[in-house]
Amino acid sequence: MGVRGLVPFCPWNWCLLLATLQCCGASSESNRSTDSSAQSELNVRFAAASSQPAEAISVFTLDYDYVQIPYEVTLWILLASLAKIGFHLNRRLPRLMPESCLLILVGALVGAVIFGTDHKSPPVMDSSIYFLYLLPPIVLESGYFMPTRPFFENLGSILWWAGLGALLNAFGIGLSLHLVCQVPAFGLGDVNLLQNLLFGSLMSAVDPVAVLAVFEEARVNEQLHMMIFGEALLNDGISVVLYNILIAFTKMHKFEGIEPVDILAGCARFIIVGCGGVFFGVIFGFISAFITRFTQNISAIEPLIVFMFSYVSYLVAETLYLSGILAITACAVTMKKYVEENVSQTSYTTIKYFMKMLSSVSETLIFIFMGVSTIGKNHEWNWAFICFTLVFCQIWRAISVFVLFYVSNQFRTFPFSVKDQCVIFYSGVRGAGSFSLAFLLPLSLFPRKKLFVTATLVVIYFTVFIQGITVGPLVRYLDVRKTNKKESINEELHARLMDHLKAGVEDVCGQWSHYQVRDKFKKFDHKYLRKILIRKNLPKSSLVSLYKKLEMKQAIEMVESGVLSSTAFSTSHQAQRTKETKRLSPEDVESMRDILTRNMYQVRQRTLSYNKYNLQPQTSEKQAKEILIRRRNTFRESMKKGHSLPWGKPAGTKNIRYLSFPYSSPLPAGRDMKVAEFTDHDGSDSELPPITFSTHSPKESIQERRWAPEVIPMRSLHRAATPPHFGYRRNASREEHLGRGGRAILRPKPLFHAVDEEFESEEESEEEAPAFGSLLSSELRPGGDCNLSHSPLLQRK
Amino acid sequence: MGSRASTLLRDEELEEIKKETGSASGFLLHELGEDNYQNSLSHPSTREVSHSQITRLYSRFTSLDKGENGTLSREDFQRIPELAINPLGDRIINAFFPEGEDQVNFRGFMRTLAHFRPIEDNEKSKDVNGPEPLNSRSNKLHFAFRLYDLDKDDKISRDELLQVLRMMVGVNISDEQLGSIADRTIQEADQDGDSAISFTEFVKVLEKVDVEQKMSIRFLH
Repeated sequence: MGVRGLVPFCPWNWCLLLATLQCCGASSESNRSTDSSAQSELNVRFAAASSQPAEAISVFTLDYDYVQIPYEVTLWILLASLAKIGFHLNRRLPRLMPESCLLILVGALVGAVIFGTDHKSPPVMDSSIYFLYLLPPIVLESGYFMPTRPFFENLGSILWWAGLGALLNAFGIGLSLHLVCQVPAFGLGDVNLLQNLLFGSLMSAVDPVAVLAVFEEARVNEQLHMMIFGEALLNDGISVVLYNILIAFTKMHKFEGIEPVDILAGCARFIIVGCGGVFFGVIFGFISAFITRFTQNISAIEPLIVFMFSYVSYLVAETLYLSGILAITACAVTMKKYVEENVSQTSYTTIKYFMKMLSSVSETLIFIFMGVSTIGKNHEWNWAFICFTLVFCQIWRAISVFVLFYVSNQFRTFPFSVKDQCVIFYSGVRGAGSFSLAFLLPLSLFPRKKLFVTATLVVIYFTVFIQGITVGPLVRYLDVRKTNKKESINEELHARLMDHLKAGVEDVCGQWSHYQVRDKFKKFDHKYLRKILIRKNLPKSSLVSLYKKLEMKQAIEMVESGVLSSTAFSTSHQAQRTKETKRLSPEDVESMRDILTRNMYQVRQRTLSYNKYNLQPQTSEKQAKEILIRRRNTFRESMKKGHSLPWGKPAGTKNIRYLSFPYSSPLPAGRDMKVAEFTDHDGSDSELPPITFSTHSPKESIQERRWAPEVIPMRSLHRAATPPHFGYRRNASREEHLGRGGRAILRPKPLFHAVDEEFESEEESEEEAPAFGSLLSSELRPGGDCNLSHSPLLQRK
Repeated sequence: MGSRASTLLRDEELEEIKKETGSASGFLLHELGEDNYQNSLSHPSTREVSHSQITRLYSRFTSLDKGENGTLSREDFQRIPELAINPLGDRIINAFFPEGEDQVNFRGFMRTLAHFRPIEDNEKSKDVNGPEPLNSRSNKLHFAFRLYDLDKDDKISRDELLQVLRMMVGVNISDEQLGSIADRTIQEADQDGDSAISFTEFVKVLEKVDVEQKMSIRFLH
């Protein structure tokens, strides 16, 4: 499976590995003798240098001990990165199996090498390193990239499912395994109830997002998406909390000594730990959002602030024995909204990429460590325990899914279908989290730790490989069964039209939640929080330059990509239409249908597609760009004709245009004149280099030739655009509001709106695609506003 | 109350209605007139959106209405960013405006939105005598039909179809391909041989499509 992907870079890797081996071989003697802590090695090195008399100055020495730990860690990470490159070079692989598979394989490979050379691996994984350094980035990343709106809309369902699901799984698996352990034939009599429960809790830590990429191709509905994210997000936190509580129990009492009081205390503690963590996270989120308000002059430290505050929230929560994971998650979710608007564009990109990078490094290390421990001597294989663990994991997940969803479906307006539930059940893939928790079990309390580790590894391997690889086909199978393949072209076309229509009307209505609470929060947020946390009065010059830069960039892109070449229908096309219709063969129809399906625009999706391992540009951006370019061209054409609006007088014969409208209703007379005024001002704005589209397009259609002489700077295009639509209705007080936009150079007509106003209509567009679209649209929209809150839109790119 | 008024409702009037009746029913009473109102009450499918939904939609309406004069113009709609990148954005906006008008008031806004109310199961058994509700399948299909048929001749001509196709499809399809797709579409649907799709043909061709689900927005409930 991954072998094909590994082949391209195998030679490199083998070289690397050979180099490592040599070093290992050379220094393995000294390795075994010294304790592998860098400090002591360092001491040894210096001590050796000073105490031994040097016989001669050695021209070339090899000092591997000094660099061993960072060197090996770096090599592991590099190896995993190379593997990922190979993995993604092959188009088909990412769809076949989740990336976790690849990482596990790499880990196993490294483990094999280390085992083979009998090399002592560096102590990457111990309890403090894991909980303090490896875990926070992973959780931070998943919290940060969580799409907030759908999350909060479905918060009830998600909490119900993730929280109760984790608890149900943990206790279910633990108790059933305990029952199994009672059977004397299996030789598991010394595993007591607490240990089993603990094992259950660490087994319940699922990592479903890993498989998300695999079945994203099939149009999984957004609700399902959200449930899976939500579960992934909260699941880790809940498992760890449960784990810690149970460990505390194990330390405190003998099993027989546990009283109901303790159990109640445990439950209370569970709740306090969870809620307390969230509380601290939110506080730190707000603090960091507030601080980013003031960092405009030193934008280089903005990513630092974001990361440090999240980390601090984690540490503070851990100090108080609250759940650091939930704290950091809450911090990320809270601060994301405000930070995105405050920080500069580059900081925003940096934050995103750095977060991905850190989390990917952590996860890689954990998986490699998993691979290392797979191939080793510390296993204990007990058929009964392992098989039953596997079986119970599946059974309990199925039970929790179907029972919990059955209950929550009663309260949802859009119940989850059985198919959805099957997908959720099947995506219960275990990942790095379970392994870490198993590995970090204290040996003193768990004499049979090796058994647990082995069982965990088996479950992980099974779920990741077998479930991960088959989930794609399963989902496609379930999907295909539902859709009727034999749709006629009509059905497809009109169905898509209706989808777009519905999406459009939904957007007109704005996004609603079912909860008053959310609307109230929005109002509160708007009135108070934003004023405190968001920067005011962005300097105009930066805005201007940003706008300019964007226009230039877009113009360059368009010119380079050779703009929409065949965009206009020529009138001759009309004449070619014949009266008789050809009878088409079935293959033609098929191919026609395929062409249509492939090329039709997708309907706007509210939830971003989330890829755990990569930041991919949204394909919907390309689509949005095309649509906007087309509208702009439409608009320019209509401008050219002297009528400002697509809704102006008909230009003449009924040409087929790619206007959304042919001209229909007559313009009110007043507007015509004003339009003429504005086009006069073409030359007045010399700030911007004019942007021409005609020069590089391959096809010199009539329209384009006509456009060449008339170079309309984009600004004045907008200026011309705006007045007919809303210039006149504005009263003087409105213009005062335009803090951001009022520039002396430009005409007094309003171009930009103040941030507050724009946020009314902007508040719903938190997703990237529409935001990007609105960014472009702010440049291109024929009659709309320009620059709807530039800075926030830009950040979302 | 009188018969159904077709004038644009003033902002103050609307508030007055709401104030004096404090409920959706008052709004509807004004909208439909006494007789129709009584009729519609007996007939669950015309009972329109609930009061809370009307309030929310009204606040949405006011938030879109930058000019604060109780009506929306086209640029108010264009300010919605998602509509700008919707391939059919302009046509959808146009669907809100009555014939030849450039302003839409709240009633008009609600009328258009009423087409998208979900059809409930208990409404399926319709009372034949009552007025057909706006969110019936036939009316929904008519709404979609009107997106194609701009010149309102009750036919989708090849040109109109081509226009919409071009809007909905990426730049990778050539004009010839698009033309043949349009031809094929008409061919499939056309039954009376006029090389255009009439409304009845449109309905027939979509009989297997779940229009009620595709053109229903859940919060208009």
